[in-house]
Amino acid sequence: MSETRTITVIVNGKRHNATVPVRITLADFLRHDLRLTGTHLGCEHGVCGACTVLFDGCSARACLMLAVQADGHEIMTVEGIPPDGKTLHPLQEAFRDNHGLQCGFCTPGILTTLIELLRENPDPSEEDIRIGISGNLCRCTGYHNIVVAALDAAKRMCQADDGRPATDDRRHNDR
Amino acid sequence: MKPPVFSYHDPRTPAEVVDLLATLDNVKLLAGGQSLMPMLNMRFVLPDHLIDLNCVEGLSYIREIDGALEIGAMTRQRDIEFSDLVRRRCPLMREAITQVGHRQIRNRGTLGGSLCHLDPAAELVAVAAALDAKVTVLGKSGMREIDFAAFPVAYMTSALQPDELLTSVTFPCWAAGHGYAFIEFSRRHGDFAIVSAAALLEEDKSGEVTRASLTLGGMGPAPIRAHDVERALLGRAMTEKSVREICESLRKIDAIDDIHAPANYRQQLAAVLSRRALLKAHERIAAGAQK
Repeated sequence: MSETRTITVIVNGKRHNATVPVRITLADFLRHDLRLTGTHLGCEHGVCGACTVLFDGCSARACLMLAVQADGHEIMTVEGIPPDGKTLHPLQEAFRDNHGLQCGFCTPGILTTLIELLRENPDPSEEDIRIGISGNLCRCTGYHNIVVAALDAAKRMCQADDGRPATDDRRHNDR
Repeated sequence: MKPPVFSYHDPRTPAEVVDLLATLDNVKLLAGGQSLMPMLNMRFVLPDHLIDLNCVEGLSYIREIDGALEIGAMTRQRDIEFSDLVRRRCPLMREAITQVGHRQIRNRGTLGGSLCHLDPAAELVAVAAALDAKVTVLGKSGMREIDFAAFPVAYMTSALQPDELLTSVTFPCWAAGHGYAFIEFSRRHGDFAIVSAAALLEEDKSGEVTRASLTLGGMGPAPIRAHDVERALLGRAMTEKSVREICESLRKIDAIDDIHAPANYRQQLAAVLSRRALLKAHERIAAGAQK
């Protein structure tokens, strides 16, 4: 049988204690153990970006991390983006209003990636957005409306500077 | 697509890592995991033991010592990308690192992981060759330094002994105002380069080249320093014509032939990218002098 470890992880502001096999990826832990199935798995080898989560505020592929590595750390998944159970985050509203998704499979990874991008660069150019989401593959939209939605979101977030989730304000470049 | 069964170790000090390396068999070291985790998921590697370096203290730093940058092996590529010290003292590395994967990859990926993985087309591997870096490794018998030129011993295989851990890398800095450029060609943004060219130049007041470094990545199992081109540039003034002529010889370098590109295509890229990188480095010297 596979070796196990007991870990403590804060996911979307909520503390979880769990005993996990050491070989389980963070993505599988989030989906199967915590039932947070918003994190999608496309390629499972770090190419598609669908499983992107924020690890201590920094975007990371959840398929390229082990659950044991999250012990003592903070994770934000797509479920942690809305400020509460009823309201959408301005980024999500912008995606809805601009048809920034079709099938929606890549959307969780794109939203988490953009949360980090817009936090560091609140007034991005179209090129900044295109480079920023270059690690996220979308097979439906051709990216055009994703870029439009992201630029719209930047405007909305500048106007309403509230509604940010708790893990949104971490600065992390001082390590 | 799940990692195989392994024993997991998360030591806290480099000495503990070396002890584990010396006592365990069939071990893999896990740094940023951006190459090893896909290899585990796809079962390309089947280690009995995985030693996670992410809890090891004292391996993540960037500092300047005696005209060189010393960077800890577990320093994230993101921290190098955003380091003012790197931007000022080693702009080639900054230019190269923005071409490493995507933001999500650089947030986790490390300097040491990239160098030990030794992908022939990896940007940081080419930068280490271009700057004549030295790698510091810790083993059972103590510390030793390896010139980066002697670090790759075969395709994706380093000179590290089984009980050795890469702890830091020293990159000698070039004079203030030097020229630099890192140019790569890849099919998609963020992919490994098919071929990359890293150029460094110093010129005297009359515009003659006094020091040159040209490195090609993606051509063979390890980056190639184009020493003939470097020598040919010395004492010459950089013109489009002279650089074009000198770079023509790069079409004769042996190149690998694979699914991504045939050898002659790589040779063509070697000549073209080298010319562009050298001319860009030269333009940057001129632009810096005007300030």
